[in-house]
Parts: sequence; structure tokens; C-alpha cells
Amino acid sequence: MTIHLAKMRMGMSQMISVITKQSMLIQQDQDVVPFRNRVKECAVKLKMGLVNQTKLITAASELVRNMLKYGRGGQVVIEAVSKRNQFGVRLIFIDKGPGIPDIALAMKDGYSTGKSLGLGLPGTKRLVNEFDIESAVGVGTKVSIIKWCNG
Amino acid sequence: MGSNIIEILKNSQSTILENWSKTQASAMSFNDDLISSQEIQEQSEELITAFLRNLNEENLGNGDAPEFDEVVESLSDLSISRAKLGFSPKETSVFVNGMKNAIIDVLEAQLISQPAQLYAASKKLNYLFDSFSIVTFETFIRGREEVIIRQTDEISEISTPVIRVWEGILALPIIGTLDSARTQVVMENLLEAIVETGSSIAILDISGVPAVDSLVAQHLMKTVAATRLMGAECVISGIRPEIAQTIVHLGIDLSNIITKASLAHALRFSFQSLKLEVRKQQTPANR
Ligand SMILES: Nc1ncnc2c1ncn2[C@@H]1O[C@H](COP(=O)(O)OP(=O)(O)OP(=O)(O)O)[C@@H](O)[C@H]1O
Ligand SMILES: [Mg+2]
Repeated sequence: MTIHLAKMRMGMSQMISVITKQSMLIQQDQDVVPFRNRVKECAVKLKMGLVNQTKLITAASELVRNMLKYGRGGQVVIEAVSKRNQFGVRLIFIDKGPGIPDIALAMKDGYSTGKSLGLGLPGTKRLVNEFDIESAVGVGTKVSIIKWCNG
Repeated sequence: MGSNIIEILKNSQSTILENWSKTQASAMSFNDDLISSQEIQEQSEELITAFLRNLNEENLGNGDAPEFDEVVESLSDLSISRAKLGFSPKETSVFVNGMKNAIIDVLEAQLISQPAQLYAASKKLNYLFDSFSIVTFETFIRGREEVIIRQTDEISEISTPVIRVWEGILALPIIGTLDSARTQVVMENLLEAIVETGSSIAILDISGVPAVDSLVAQHLMKTVAATRLMGAECVISGIRPEIAQTIVHLGIDLSNIITKASLAHALRFSFQSLKLEVRKQQTPANR
């Protein structure tokens, strides 16, 4: 069996400390709204502004939908994090789906294997401050994002 | 051994009921307001009667035996009605287990000199009541699920009203997440109302939509396209500043769609395109 490992790192900085952490299972469409509400609660606790909150929630929504549509569901971790004097929300999406064979292609605006707009991944990257994606065909996909409160 | 035990139980109905009522009185005392002791007494009696009538040597220990259908049914009814009354599943469990304990107490008193028989019978009764407990638990959950499903239906209905704001103008305030199922309902209601009222403009107000991601945007575009196919125009209003910024960063192109900041703006646009004029009345004072 050959596992094609594709990796693309956008340098998520190492000096991040986790303040709070919770995790949720995502298995069906009905899990999307509760998940988004948890993300929102976390952002509100950190006093994130409305515009950044909306960007974060929209990004979260895109990634969780990809996970459901392409990755057969998975797990998400919601963290309040800090780096030096900054506070923010980190979300980690992990699925054991088919994986993405060509990440660079999937990150292109308009590329979709699902007859959709193909804006989820590239759009999410524009909405957040840090974006990290790893995927291995036949193993799964992991996406981490951070939105800083003042980012 | 068997027939002996069945006989003992059938002859002890009133003692069992009495024992059971006593334990219930202490367990339920804080729930007087939910159910009367008279009702509990009646339910208990009905259940014991049905149980003892259908009990035989073979089915002692087998809750799936068809003879127990009647018992299972009244347990289900009881569990559902208690779920609706606001009992917790634990309280219903305590009720069912109380019956088992009352039965075992009677056997204990009568079989004190035959521990092997007592043990064998208790074990079977435990199996039997375990399966009865599971029935009550399952029905309890099913009862709650029915409530949830009904509420979901109600919510999707009340949250997609089509309002005729003016002759030829419809408005649809959308509140909550516009998922695929909701979009279907919105679209159907809208297209139907367009035909019914002969309207030529529909305003989709998304002030109440928490986030517009690519899926929601796609649903909006589809709704607009369908409206146009019906020969009407569709305006989207209530795009909050933070949503507008997010849409732009996400890369969604809404330039083919008429968008307005607020419902009022959308209404003004609609009046203009219908060549209607809204003016302040000329009063003698400012003439
Ligand atoms: N978790 C995942 N597992 C497997 N493949 C994925 C996953 N997420 C994305 N992909 C692949 O990457 C492609 C691009 O994803 P992206 O979210 O950008 O677009 P889309 O989901 O197709 O459309 P849109 O999000 O605009 O509705 C997808 O079509 C899919 O092939
Ligand atoms: Mg997507």
C-alpha cells in the first residue's frame, strides 16, 4: 500500500499556550450549529470584536462542513490560546476521511470536487490569522486555524 | 420448583402490592404535585395484575416472552406519561425496581428454608426486571425525541414566514441558519407566494442569519435564481457590516444580486422599481 503524504505548513508559531480546551464530535449536519455556538462563546469570553468573531465563525463553519461533506465527520478541538500578549481562538479539525491528494490544488479559489463554489479552504485562509493543513490520502485530514482577537 | 414459586406469587398479590406501595410512598413523597398517590396506586395495581396473570414457569426470567406484551405495553404507557409529567427516568426506574423488590421480599419470606430455590428465582426475576427497566428507559427517550422532532418542525414552520408587505412586494425575514432543508422550505414558500399573490419583487432579509458561509451564500444565490425564473426580482437585505466584510474575504461574488443594507432600503428600492412614490402628506401647516 502506498500512502501519498502531502503536507503544507504555513508556520504556526510554537510559543502558544492553551488556556482552555474542549472537544466535540461532529457526525451530522445537526452538530454544526452547536459547534458554532461553542466557538462563538469562546470568542466572546476573550472579548473578540464582532468582525473577527464573524470571520472566525464563518471559517469554522466552512471547515466543519468540509469535514462532514468530504471527511465523513470527525473531531474538533476548540481552544482559547495566548501568545505573548495576544489572545485568540484556535480550532483543530481532525477527520479520518479519504484525505486530499493535492493540497495546493484544493487551496485554489474555485477548485471543488463537490460541484460547489470551491471557496471554503482558500476563503478560510483569508479569514483567519494562522492556517495549517495536513492531509494524507487514505488516512485523513487535519486543519488548524487561529484567529487572534486583535488580528 | 417452578410451579411452587408461581403459585406463591399469584397468591400473594395483595401483599406484594402493599409492600410496593410502602416503598413508593417514601420514594415519591416529594413528587405529590406531579401525580396523586391514588393514581400511583391504580397504576401499580394494574401492572401487578397484568404481570401475575401472564407469569408462568417458562417465562419467569424472559422479558421478551410474548405473554408479557401486555406488561411491556403498560410499562411503556406509564413511562411516556411520566416523561410528559416531568418525572426523571430515574424515578420511573425506581418505580419498576420497587415492584421487583416487593416480589423478592415475598419470596424471601416464604422460601426462607430453601435458599437454593430462592436464589434461582431471584436471579430470574432480576433478568426479567432488567428487561422491563430497559423498556421504560427506551420509551422515555422515545417520548422525548418525539417532542424534539415536533419542535423542530414547528420551528422550521414559524421561522420561514412570507409576508406581503405591499401589493406586488413580498418579504421573507430569515432567522437562524439557512441550511439545505431550510432553503428548500424558504424557496417553496416563496415561489408559491409569488404565484399566489402575483408579486414581482421578493425581499429576503437576512438580518437574523448569524453567519453567511459559502453554503448559505450558494443557497441564497439559488433562491434568487429561482425567483428570477418565475419572472420576479429578488433583493437581499439586512447584510450587516461584519457579514459584508466576511463575504468579501471569503471570496463570494454577490455582484449579480441586488443587495441592500436594511429592509427599509430594500422597500424603497422596491417602491421605485414599481414606480410607486411614498410622500409625506401635505398638511395645511406646511403648505
Ligand atoms: N476534510 C476533507 N477531506 C477530504 N477532502 C477535502 C476536505 N476538505 C476539502 N476537501 C477537498 O478540497 C476541495 C476544496 O474544498 P473547499 O472547501 O475549498 O471547496 P468546496 O467544499 O468544494 O466548496 P465550498 O466550500 O465553496 O462549498 C473539496 O472539493 C474537496 O475535494
Ligand atoms: Mg467547502
